[in-house]
Amino acid sequence: MRQDDLYINKIDWLTIFIYAALVCIGWFNIYAAVYDEQAAKSIFDFSINSGKQLVWIGTAVVLITLIMVADYRLFENLSLILYGIFLFLILITPYVGKEVNGQILSIGFGNFRIQPAEFAKFATALTLAKYMERPSVDLSQPKYQMQVLLIIMIPVILICLQPDYGSAMIYSAFFIMLYREGMPQKYYALALTMIAISLLALGIENNLYLVGGIVLVIVLIIFLGKKNIGRIISLCLIGLFAIAYSYSLDYVVSKLPQHHQNRIMVLFNPDLDPLGVGWNVTQSKIAIGSGGFLGKGYLEGTQTKFDFVPEQHTDFIFCTLGEEFGWVGSMVVIFLFCALLIRLIMLAERQKNRFSRVYGYCVVSILMFHFTINIAMTIGLFPVIGIPLPFFSYGGSSLWSFTILLFIFIKLDSHRIQLLGRMN
Amino acid sequence: MNEKRPIVLIIVVALIGVILLTKLFLIQVADDSFLKRAERNAVQRLVDHPYRGLIYDRTGKILVYNNPLFDLMIIPKEFSVKDTTRFCEIFNITKEHLIESYTAARKYSSVKPSPLIKQISTTEFAKIQDFLIDYPGLFVTTRSVRSYPQPVAANALGYIGEISGRQLERDTAKYYRQGDFVGLAGLEGFYEKELRGVKGVKYKMVNVRGVDKGSFKNGDYDTTSVAGINLTSTIDLELQRYGEMLMAGKVGSVVAIEPKTGEILAMISAPTYDPNLLTGSKFGTNYLALNRDDKLPLYNRPIMATYPPGSIFKIVQSLIGLQMGILTPNTTYACNRSLVACHNHPSPVNLFGAIRNSCNPYYHQAYRAMINREVSSNTFKDTKIGLDEWREKVLAFGLGGSLGLDMYNEKSGSIPSSSYYDRVYGEGRWKYSTIYSLSIGQGEMMVTPIQMANLAAIFANKGYYYPPHLIKAIDGDPNKIKSEFRTRKDVGVDAHHFDLIQDAMAEAIYGTAARAAIPDIKIAGKTGTAQNPHGEDHSVFVAFAPKDDPKIAIAVYVENAGWGGRAAASTASLMIEKYIRGEITRPALEEYVLAGKFM
Repeated sequence: MRQDDLYINKIDWLTIFIYAALVCIGWFNIYAAVYDEQAAKSIFDFSINSGKQLVWIGTAVVLITLIMVADYRLFENLSLILYGIFLFLILITPYVGKEVNGQILSIGFGNFRIQPAEFAKFATALTLAKYMERPSVDLSQPKYQMQVLLIIMIPVILICLQPDYGSAMIYSAFFIMLYREGMPQKYYALALTMIAISLLALGIENNLYLVGGIVLVIVLIIFLGKKNIGRIISLCLIGLFAIAYSYSLDYVVSKLPQHHQNRIMVLFNPDLDPLGVGWNVTQSKIAIGSGGFLGKGYLEGTQTKFDFVPEQHTDFIFCTLGEEFGWVGSMVVIFLFCALLIRLIMLAERQKNRFSRVYGYCVVSILMFHFTINIAMTIGLFPVIGIPLPFFSYGGSSLWSFTILLFIFIKLDSHRIQLLGRMN
Repeated sequence: MNEKRPIVLIIVVALIGVILLTKLFLIQVADDSFLKRAERNAVQRLVDHPYRGLIYDRTGKILVYNNPLFDLMIIPKEFSVKDTTRFCEIFNITKEHLIESYTAARKYSSVKPSPLIKQISTTEFAKIQDFLIDYPGLFVTTRSVRSYPQPVAANALGYIGEISGRQLERDTAKYYRQGDFVGLAGLEGFYEKELRGVKGVKYKMVNVRGVDKGSFKNGDYDTTSVAGINLTSTIDLELQRYGEMLMAGKVGSVVAIEPKTGEILAMISAPTYDPNLLTGSKFGTNYLALNRDDKLPLYNRPIMATYPPGSIFKIVQSLIGLQMGILTPNTTYACNRSLVACHNHPSPVNLFGAIRNSCNPYYHQAYRAMINREVSSNTFKDTKIGLDEWREKVLAFGLGGSLGLDMYNEKSGSIPSSSYYDRVYGEGRWKYSTIYSLSIGQGEMMVTPIQMANLAAIFANKGYYYPPHLIKAIDGDPNKIKSEFRTRKDVGVDAHHFDLIQDAMAEAIYGTAARAAIPDIKIAGKTGTAQNPHGEDHSVFVAFAPKDDPKIAIAVYVENAGWGGRAAASTASLMIEKYIRGEITRPALEEYVLAGKFM
């Protein structure tokens, strides 16, 4: 019992409070998204989404309790097994799962259905933490870089086979954790440069301007730095590669399936076919934009309620918030998310062993990725990718997987004194 | 080496928050176009069109009403039918029609209503009404079209049609919208404001598929429509119908007025058309056809056609002469045919005889006495002063100026002034010999049939009139009509001067219009002939009856029918008998008029 007292006192209640706040706000918004004035049902009515979400919330509390009373060493020990189980489940989903909207993403019996890809995230996170706890792992060495990449890529490949590219993309979030753990910065510089070139190449009609820009930047770098032959040649090669990349991009995009192409192009031209491809983004922006400073008031929104925004209770739940609570409401939620992320970074930093810290950063990575992409997508800053807003979006799998993900870390954090490990 | 990286990550998180909030601020607060687009998305403005006011005749019979037409609408998603054969039987449609309409409706929208059967009449609707409940996804919407139980008075009643772009521009109150129907002619046009009622507006919320999701803001912005105001016309439906029957096959006008009130009892424009032609969906094609017809059925002759008044004007001359003191009942002139042509009658004649015989030289001489009173020694100036003074007296009879009746496009006719002759002949270069035609109602003067009917009312009233009008009560209240219609206008001739005139008109019937005489009803009248340079003269007749207590004053114009004693006098006589007795005792005369074709 003394031990129990010990860790309960160390639980980070701030994180739990933010979690609870987000879940509650999310639940109210799910009700608003399905609310029908003409056939008003109680928020607790199990026939509508808000009632079902309440069941998910209730079961999430059970999960939290189970995590908190479990042995803290369990997660570390089970990490590989969980990783294996969920990979297996992802593998078999296409064969035993149930088809929804042309995709087979969930398995289960009757009404109890889960999406293995959702749960594979925390299993992968645990596995990464477990792997990196080994003292020899040094991410500046290519050997370990490859091994880490392998752990990440196995679920990505399996999920792509489903295919569910949106969920697969989330695994790139682990690079945030890898950045903290010492992955060389040049990779990130390279990735950011490529993203910038991609955006410019797709956004600028005439690629010649881009080529001119690249040449100018390379020449500047050459003249500002040391002028030895090797450096000049390598910089020139990088420049040539960048130019080739920008030209190849149009070709690559044209090879993508049409609906992926459209999602990307809508980003640069929102008025492109507002009733077709642009519909989601246009309607989403209309819903959020019509909220104004203080919003239309709870349950007074028209755009989400009357189905103008598709997927309003899941991926586009932020629209309901933006419409009914305006900029102030959006600010509160964005503030809560940022506070949560910063708090989690602080918690991760105070861990005494690498397992907990890596796992903590995995949680930060995944939440940050989801939060950023989801909201950016609803306001037209990012192509439409079907990923949920953590703790907010309707759905058992998503709520459970984020809850498990977060509370394993809270549990680990509360035992940070016992988990004295080797740090590097 | 990685100590700074957590700080970098915290900065990144904060940066993401700032970027998202900035973008949100831009679309939520800085840009209100999204709010407008949201309202366009979800709020639908539905106009509730009020029932247009009805028009009754003076006896309470319906002239114009709204005929409800029912459209059977279908919502494909909710619609289900087990036995299509029975369904088709009940709704009296073919299976092909059902399949075709259903497919078209589905194609349009499975949740929004589309028409299945259009324009179901009231009787047909009664048959299907009870079956509607058996078929989900069906409902009925009503529309109404103007309808006329008796196809008469088309030009007086006018018609409604879609508002034109120009009218929309002129509508500064912004009441009308594209596609609204407005009164375009006749009473429909003049009383548009009364008849139209007040439109109601309902704001409805719709979801993305256009499905009704209830009222917007609890209906706080909704207004209910107010039905149009009913009008009571002065027209006697029976008399109007009878007059149109008599005028069938002829070109001309009949205007009958109740002298004591100025109420127009009948206003017939021939040829006319069935007002039901200009309603509903057939409006466009029918209007084009009527507009192209060279007999001009859309031309409202009683108020738009102008003719010289002819001999009838001699009565006005007599009255002005009497009032001026230039004429007395005993004033005698010789029928001097060297001045102006005349027909055979005893000569010389006194005033009574001049009216009875319609003596042209009498009025040539009498008019000279009125015009040239030697006010000025210069005969040109003298004529000018005389003409302008005389003209004022003529205008008081409601001639040469608009009577201001409740109908647009009324022509004023014209009584020439000195400035007119100055323009034509030059100042100081015309005198009595230039204008003498005016003495017998010829020459440069023009009047409309309605003005002539009003003239008959003045004779009947012995010197006054109420401006003729077609509506006697608005919303059942006679005090709501324009005050001008209730204001008596005196022509400036003393009542006792009319006694001789009335007697002469009563006597004249037996001289020039024996056909017009009616057994037991004393009628006073005067024939006229409006000269027609293009062919046979126009037959004109004005009259009132009964002479001692006038109930009706009438003017009849029949174009190309020769002198007034024939077609026009017979028609007027029948109209008077129809109105006063309610039946016709002279079927032979009726047949004679009906047989006349003067087109």
